[in-house]
This record gives sequence, structure tokens and C-alpha cells, in this order.
Amino acid sequence: MTPAPAGPSGRLSALVDRLTSVLGPDGVITDPVRLRTYECDGLTYHRATPAVVVLPETAEQVAAVVGLCDRTGTPFVARGSGTGLSGGALPRADGVLIVTSRMRRIIEIDIDNRLAVVEPGVTNLAISEAARPYGYYYAPDPSSQQVCSIGGNVAENSGGAHCLKYGFTVNHVLAVELVAPDGEIVELDAMDPGYDLLGAFIGSEGTLGIATKITVRLSRVPETVTTLLAAFATVEEGGRAVSSIIGAGIVPAAIEMMDALAIEAAEAAVRCNYPAGAGAVLIVELDGPAPEVSHQFAQVEAMCRDTGAFELRVADDPAERAAIWRGRRSAFAAVGRISPAYLVQDGVVPRTALPEVLAGIERLSRQYGIRVANVFHAGDGNLHPLVLFDDAEEGAGERAELVSGEILDLCIEHGGSITGEHGVGVDKSRYMPKMFTTDDLDTMQLVRCAFDPKNLSNPGKIFPTPRLCGEAPGVRKGVHPLVASGEAELF
Amino acid sequence: MPLPPEEALAASGAEVRAATPDDAAARAPGLGRLTPRWIALPETTGQVAALMRAAAEHGLAVVATGGGTKLGWGAPPDLCDLLLCTRRMDRVLEHAAGDLVARVQAGVPTEALAGALASSGQELALDVPVEGATVGGTLAAATAGPRRLRYGTARDLLIGITVVLADGTVAHSGGKVVKNVAGYDLGKLFTGSLGTLGVITEATFRLHPLPAARAWIGVTVPGLDALPDLAALAGSQTEPSAVEIDRPCADGPLTVAALFEGVAAGERAKAAGELLGGAPVASEPPPWWGRLPGEEFLLELRVRPAFAVPALAAVARAAREAGDLPVHVRGSAASAVLHLALPSDAAPARAGTFVSVLRSDLAAHGGRLVVWTAPADAADRLDRWGPAGAATLMRRVKERFDPGGRLSPGRLPTGGPPPEAGSGERA
Repeated sequence: MTPAPAGPSGRLSALVDRLTSVLGPDGVITDPVRLRTYECDGLTYHRATPAVVVLPETAEQVAAVVGLCDRTGTPFVARGSGTGLSGGALPRADGVLIVTSRMRRIIEIDIDNRLAVVEPGVTNLAISEAARPYGYYYAPDPSSQQVCSIGGNVAENSGGAHCLKYGFTVNHVLAVELVAPDGEIVELDAMDPGYDLLGAFIGSEGTLGIATKITVRLSRVPETVTTLLAAFATVEEGGRAVSSIIGAGIVPAAIEMMDALAIEAAEAAVRCNYPAGAGAVLIVELDGPAPEVSHQFAQVEAMCRDTGAFELRVADDPAERAAIWRGRRSAFAAVGRISPAYLVQDGVVPRTALPEVLAGIERLSRQYGIRVANVFHAGDGNLHPLVLFDDAEEGAGERAELVSGEILDLCIEHGGSITGEHGVGVDKSRYMPKMFTTDDLDTMQLVRCAFDPKNLSNPGKIFPTPRLCGEAPGVRKGVHPLVASGEAELF
Repeated sequence: MPLPPEEALAASGAEVRAATPDDAAARAPGLGRLTPRWIALPETTGQVAALMRAAAEHGLAVVATGGGTKLGWGAPPDLCDLLLCTRRMDRVLEHAAGDLVARVQAGVPTEALAGALASSGQELALDVPVEGATVGGTLAAATAGPRRLRYGTARDLLIGITVVLADGTVAHSGGKVVKNVAGYDLGKLFTGSLGTLGVITEATFRLHPLPAARAWIGVTVPGLDALPDLAALAGSQTEPSAVEIDRPCADGPLTVAALFEGVAAGERAKAAGELLGGAPVASEPPPWWGRLPGEEFLLELRVRPAFAVPALAAVARAAREAGDLPVHVRGSAASAVLHLALPSDAAPARAGTFVSVLRSDLAAHGGRLVVWTAPADAADRLDRWGPAGAATLMRRVKERFDPGGRLSPGRLPTGGPPPEAGSGERA
């Protein structure tokens, strides 16, 4: 008889046994073929097969799994629908992947309190659909809203086309029940005094724990929504229209721009039938009380004409509006029609730096012989350059990576950010030191160490090679003499 | 041989003086029975860092202050060797009007900032309930006002922050673009931290265009039974920016007022006025608008919006049980954040009864009651915070940021388990 293996596989099988006792055989996946389903999220070029996948149905089960991980020193990664674009849900080969797809209950739609209480696996759109019969909706609307989970939105602090006016996930979450990395279930509520831990948790990319119940604010469906599509000969003209609109003190619900290459892709994919010959299209959506919208609309229309729009289309009903948005919403996937492979970038610049940065992207494109299609949230300077390449061509992938990386350098040089909504994940952790100092990153680590001193919750994401929590960055001195002498007790 | 403390502090380049008993800052009521040993008036983040390094070297307890308007909020600090005052850090560092962003030093008075931004037709859409407050103090105490309903609070408008930690480390997070998810948001963490995690030295905000017009409506009713449907008003398509309430006596008449902003503000206000039974439209707010009902004995009550009216009833009930304690209620009815002012000479026992009765009543609705300020004799008997859900995590964050416990020690409940709910006594 061979004794039970004591190596990693033996530890794993012991862990699997305990996971199975918590979740039942149906809630634990170890079959290699099924495990591969989970090897990546929406960022498909980073892959790792998790050691084991669990499918909990309750917060208590999540807590039990995380507690096991804590006691055995096993890393864990949470995953919702797997639509993330920065590899935030990339599994660990030596860890547990906790998938929230069975936690899909809408627990409560409470119109009197203008809120919904949901489990993390509920899709973003499902919340709005449940609230809409009452005249309410959930405002943040990432492009993947039909499939992305609210738990993932909380982890990434997801935005969307309408965050220019309405803000991000963090501005719409009222409370979170989470399983902390030590397995404790904790409630964070915006009503609590003291540090805004709720705000710090949202957007922490799964590194501070796993949300198991989320209370979101519901917003009133606006009285009037008007969507305008303006076609320009050039991106510069479109950019001038955006400046005029913002300069006039108008805050549209959304201002989106696409350049000629992005339009070409969208036409090929979804026949969105945008005006022929457009070098750029601008989508401006205004919403709110009818008298405000009608006044602003007249201004926006005039400003688009003044800056050179050669065709304007206006949508006042949902069907027409969907037609205008179809091209924009399909843009990421659509570039697959005009290029065998592509990278999606997500960078931010101050809005007024857009023309300079777009010119810089054009230069990079020529320099490396790599086409770049531009789709952007023009109102807040959030760019989504789509870097196109042919993966069959030797060296093209590497050149595309270089272009994509140098676009981020441009964003940083202009005082912007390396990510506006897709997150840092594994994809951009190496850029963090370009945007933040070592002291900045060490200070952020203090937060992680408070929540996750063993570094088990989605390790390896956001931060490049973080310091261990025991390692002090320099000696911290200075206990107060009265404390040292026992005369005063602090906090 | 290390320098003695006063020399080490002075080496920062900031003005440092020994606090004398007649020093106005040293007599700040918020410090309670404490007198600081030194007062420092730095002008830059670098000077704050040098002061904090010197304080760390000598184990000095540091209390940060701006305008000094809310130094008495939260429990009084247990220790204060160095009072670090940011009022000379009063520069608007950058106003990128085209990007609707401003970066400012923490000591900029909020009124001065409003003036600087208004010349470009912009504003920080954050109402400040206390006159003379600075940007840094507004963040540290997380105050907000009527327009929280439309624009959120300080944490929703803050997009970047610079802080100095207990050991003098200078750290930034966020940036100067509105849309940014790179790294943890330290700005959120420091919002509401009351100086217990570090010193806020700079902040960057997203701005809003000043509205073309503002209009208010208001109506006074004899009691809760006659109150109009506030939820219907807040959720109406007239989109009020704020719905406020003022009730000078806990069971007396109430005034409801709402603000509308935009080109068509007047038209929308008129339409909303009909929901209030024909409330007249005014171009000026009522005199109490956006101000606290009192500052010496101030409580803050929060519930979910639908419980705002039951909470008003609960306040009246608790006031009666506390021997008809006079309580002035004012605040954001639609957001259900209400401030309660108690008389500064309220008998400590009656105040204690009021707090514990109200807190246990609110518990049924998941509400919170915080005692922001209290006269010393009453404060000693009050549990300021009530049960806090995340006390353990808050304490762990505090321990990481300030392992020596030297920053505004005691102002926030970051030590030990929370007291029993509704005990009404300091645990």
C-alpha cells in the first residue's frame, strides 16, 4: 500500500473533500475538461486552469469556502460572469475559483426606498428589468450589461456609457454584505459613520473579499430621453462639438465618439447604417425633465452644426434610439470583422487633451504599421482604442502590444489614468508604478493588509509584487509615551 | 543626538509655536480639556510630511484641523501634543475649467473655492453646512448638505487625494480624471476619517456647471399627519435637487422645501408645488436652508428613505420620553439624513434617555444615530456611535495606518468591540 500523498496533490484532494462536504458534489468541479471552461475571463490571452472550481449558493457557503482557504493558506479568486477585460478573474492554478453564477436571486425590489437587494450573480440588466415596471432602473450600464454580474461590477467599479452624468457603480451601491478574506461575513453600509470602507471595497477587484449581497440604488427612469447622432468629416470636428457642449454647461447623459475605422467595423458587423462618408460620428444623449431636455437639445443641435456636422439624426423613441446605439454597442466585437485579432485598450485623459492624444495614437499607428480603431466616451476622456493585428503575421502581436502599451504611456503623460473602467487586473499591474509612486502603492497595501493579511484574496492582481504584510516599509516608530507607560489607552 | 521636539518640528520649515493658554487655536472647544503643546501652520505637503516625521520620532500625538469648525465632532481626542493646522494651505492649485476639475490644498475655505470656481461658471456641487469650513475638514468629517440627493456627497465628488501618513509618508490615489479605476481609492477611506488615518493635504474634485437658474418651493404643515408625500416629490419627474425639512420643535409644525436647478427650474418648481398643494415658488431659499439646526449638541440620524417620516415620529416620541426634551430637527428628508439639535444645557440624563430610546426605535428600521457634538458633561454618559457593522475592519485599517495610535486618538470608535446597542452608556 502506498501512503496517501503528502505533496500538493494530497493537500488538494483533502481540500476538495472538505469543499465537497460544504457544497455537495454538485457544487465542486474537479474534472479537467470542465475546469478549462474557467481558465480565462474576457481577457483571453491570460489563461490558467484553476485547481478546483466551486459553485456556492449562499453567503454561508462562500464563507465556509473562504474560511477553508484561510485555514489552509489556499489562494482564491471570485468570478461572476467572466466578462472582465483585465484578467481580474484569472484563476490560480494552485487555488480555488469561487463562481457566483448560482447566486442569482433578486432578493427585493423596494420602490419605497428606491433600492434593490440582489445576490452577486444577478446580471446588471436583470436589475433594471425587474425595476422598470415601477418606473425605475439601475443606472450604471457597462456594454456587457446583458451578461455581466453585479458582483463583478462591484469588484471592478464598472462604469458605462452613461456614467458621465450618473457616475459609476460606487455611486449607486448603498450596502454590501461581503465575505472577508478570513471567512467572516461583514456588512458595509453607506449609512455607517467612519471610514468609507464600502467605497474602498468597491473597485478593489476581488482583493479585499467577495461580495455576497448587494444593495443598489434604483433611479427614476427619466421623463424624456433624446438621442442625437451627428456625422462629421473628421474626429477633430467632432471633438470641437464636444468641447462646445461641455463648455456651455451641459452635462449630457452620454457623449460617445467613433472614428472611421470603428464605423467601418460596426457597419460590417451590424449594418448600423451610419451616415456614409463620416470620419467620425458623435452620439449625444440628453435625458431628464422635458423642458430641460428640449432646451439643451436645441443648443446641442446648433453646436454640432456650427462645428461642421454634415448630417444629424434624432431619436425620440426606444426603437430609433436602439438603432443609433447599435453600432456603438457592437463596436468591440465588430472589429473582429475587419481584423483577425485585436486588443481592447482602456485609458483616460483629461477631456481637453483628447485631440493631442488622438494625434499621438495616430503617430504610433503609423510608426508600428498597426491599425487602431477609436471608440471613446468623449465626455469624460475615456478612450477605448482597438488595436488591430493579424496573429498569423510574425511579430504583429508584439507590435500591437507595444502600441497598446505606448497608448497608456500617452495617457499617463497627459495626466490621465491607465484604466477608466476595465480595471487593472493582471493586464496592467506592471503599469501601476508608472502612475503611482512606491509610497502610494505601499499605502494602498496597508488597506489590503487590513482586509487580507495572508494575501489569499485574488493575489497577483492590481499590484506588482506587493510587499508582504509583515514587512514594514521602514521602521514605524513613535508610540506615545503615555501609551507606552500604560497611562493612556488609545482609540 | 536627535533634536528636541520643538526644534525637530521647526526644522520642517513650517511655523511652529508653543501653544499658550490665550492662543485661540489652543482653546478650540473641540479639544475638550486638552491643550496642545505646539501648534504648526504648514504651507505645503512637504512641510506636513516633515512635521509628521518629527512627530513620529518623538511619539507625539497629532490632531489635524482646518477651519476648526468641527474639531469638536466625534469624541474629543484623548491626546494632543501637536495641533496641525492647515489654514495656510489655502491655494487652489489648478482649475481645469474645460475638464471640470479642480485640485486644491486642504486648507482652502470652501467659500473661497466656490468664489474661485464661480468666475468660470462652475461649482463644487457639495453644500457645506458649517461656515468657515475648509475643504480638508469637509472631507475628514464627511459633511454634506441638501443637494446630496442629486450630486451625492464629498466621496462622490472627490477624484483624487494626497495624504500624509503617521510616519510622514506622502501618498496619492486617484488622479485628475473623473473616470479612473486604477488602484484602491484612498480618498474614500479618508472621507469620514476625522484625522485618524493621516492628514489630508490636497484634494481633486469633479466640478459641475453652475445651473442657469434655481427655484425653491416650500410649505409649512401643522404636523406629520399633514405632511405631503415626500417620496412622490423626490421621485417626481420634476427632478428636485434637494428636498429638505425643518421642524424647530420635535412634535410641532414642519416646513418642507425643495430646490430645482436648471434652465426650466421655475417651471419645474411650479409643477412640483402642485404636488405640495400649490406651494409658492421662490427665487431664494428659506433662511434655514443648508444650515445645521445647532452645533453644540448635534446628532445625526440616518434611515432608508421610506422611514424618514416614521423616524420623525420616533424623534418626537423619544423627546417626550426624555421629559419633553426640546429637539430641533432639520435635514434631507428625501435622503433621510436628519440632524437633531439638543439644547446645550440639556440634563445629561435626559439626553442619555433620548439617545437610547431613539436608537433602539431606529434599530427596527436599520437606522443609525451618531452623536457628533455634545457638551462635556453629557458626552461622558453617551455612546456616541451606537453599533457599527464594520468596527473590526475599521480597527484593522486604523492599526495598519497608525500603528502607534498617535493620530487624533479616540475621535473615532476604532478600538475594541462596539458597545451594546441602545445601552445609552459609554461601554
